[in-house]
Amino acid sequence: MGVSAPAPAPAIALRGVVKRFGPITAVAGLDLEVPPGICLGLLGPNGAGKSTTMRMLTAQAIADEGSISVLGWELPRESKQARAEMGVVPQLDNLDVELTCRQVLTVFARLYRVPPAERDRAVERALAIANLTERADTRVDLLSGGMRRRLLIARGLVHRPRLVLLDEPTVGLDPQVRQELWSLIDALRAEGTTVLMSTHYIEEAERLADTVCVMARGMIVARGKPADLVRAHAGEQTHEVYGPPARLEELRAQGERAGWAMRRSGPALAILHAERHDGTLPDGVRRAATLEDAFVMLTGEEIE
Amino acid sequence: MSEGDVARSSLLAMSGGRKRRVRRLHRIEPGAVVGVMSRDATVFTRNWKTTTFSSVVEPTIYLLAFGFGLGALITTIGGLTYKEYVGTGIVAMAVLFSSAFPGLYGTFLKYRFQRTYDAFLAAPVDVDEIVSAEILWIGLRAGIYGNAPLLVAIAFGLDPKPTAVLVPLICFISGVGWVAFGVMISAMAQSIDNFSYITSGVLTPTFLTAGTFFPIANFPPLLRALAHVNPLYHCVALVRDVVVLGVRWADLGHLAFLLGFALLLWRLAIWRLRVRLID
Repeated sequence: MGVSAPAPAPAIALRGVVKRFGPITAVAGLDLEVPPGICLGLLGPNGAGKSTTMRMLTAQAIADEGSISVLGWELPRESKQARAEMGVVPQLDNLDVELTCRQVLTVFARLYRVPPAERDRAVERALAIANLTERADTRVDLLSGGMRRRLLIARGLVHRPRLVLLDEPTVGLDPQVRQELWSLIDALRAEGTTVLMSTHYIEEAERLADTVCVMARGMIVARGKPADLVRAHAGEQTHEVYGPPARLEELRAQGERAGWAMRRSGPALAILHAERHDGTLPDGVRRAATLEDAFVMLTGEEIE
Repeated sequence: MSEGDVARSSLLAMSGGRKRRVRRLHRIEPGAVVGVMSRDATVFTRNWKTTTFSSVVEPTIYLLAFGFGLGALITTIGGLTYKEYVGTGIVAMAVLFSSAFPGLYGTFLKYRFQRTYDAFLAAPVDVDEIVSAEILWIGLRAGIYGNAPLLVAIAFGLDPKPTAVLVPLICFISGVGWVAFGVMISAMAQSIDNFSYITSGVLTPTFLTAGTFFPIANFPPLLRALAHVNPLYHCVALVRDVVVLGVRWADLGHLAFLLGFALLLWRLAIWRLRVRLID
């Protein structure tokens, strides 16, 4: 009988993590494991506790309860070691606007202890990754929003980290720039770097994440591959019924009596697991169930 | 495949496959301190003209105004000509201006508006190292800017003793304490407007009661006692001794006071900035 190899140690492990801000509990008993080499999407609405979780992983917020380990280092005691081996791309732009792209990357290559002999090469590589080589000597305040976001990613990669934390990496960017960044993140994932990405964009999680954890009210409420989550929580098909508000209210009341899983979807009432109710549903439009359907069922909240 | 794609592939391949362990990092790493200072130095290469102008010109104007204004009315104070007295005293004022104000405003801008410290803290840099780098960098600048009024006074006839070469060191030590004071206050402030209280209520009385323009010997006893715990008074006394009066044993006491002030405020600044930055 063969003996299976032990599972690799998780890149990130949070157990029973609680973080309070006065009377508000931002993270409420979070258990999360991120295996090495995958891209895990932390999907949740604003206020779900995603950014607080990200800050706890860099020890910029200290958990009130529970344990956190990152790349085998125990936080917050050994957070500096963990930070040396990971890259962080923050949600909010915190670039030094007075410096050029090259200067920003050189400063951070120093901070990440890239040896002096390798520093210039590391900066050039990071510039190339972010497609900013031609803008290397441009001041940050003269860059477009998309370029600044790419520079933030380059800054997080300048020391070749084993783990990258991306906090809402494409928030506020136009669709074209978002596509560029997705390609960049996809390349990271494909090459085996562990990525933990928080997002409140359904499409982003669906496109990039190997595994999605849905977070709400400071906890993980579901975890799985995007397709599995959809199947488990929204079924195969969704039936959308359009009509005046009074008609939809009437239908909702009928659905509640019949035990349908429903949600508002813009001007329509969406009935989930529609394949279970064939022949009993009113006229409407049938479509494949989506991660958004599953998300709303899990969290009770609409999302972008 | 473009050049960018090649670089991207090679870097990502290395990042993905690497299983290295970094050496154990200490609480205060010279590499991190130098790294943060390198950021400050790089920014300084862009704004050195404005920084230098404000740090040098204002004390120099005070020196010229008091030196030529009051200097025409007052002949000597404590055996010194008024130009010697005020020329050495205003060194401390230059140190105060070039250290406390960057500590106050620079720190506030960096943590509140630019979020520079958040970026540092996501890298292997701790609050201890941020504060140490800031006070060393601004302290070094104060060590240089503090000499400006002295050079002007020399140009107008002040004849310094050879021990005057110690002035930059005194300015540096004194500056470190005042930057740390600025960082500490900045970390406690809710709004940049709060700094008006510090400027008017602390810094102005500080340089007026340090023996800068007039001796503290004639102060009422309570005010005189307070002046003796004013770090700027010890800076003034040291500078005056090494430049014109000559070094005395009492200067060791002044130096110890300045070192103690710098050390205490350094720790307090770390404590307050940590409270501010770490949730």
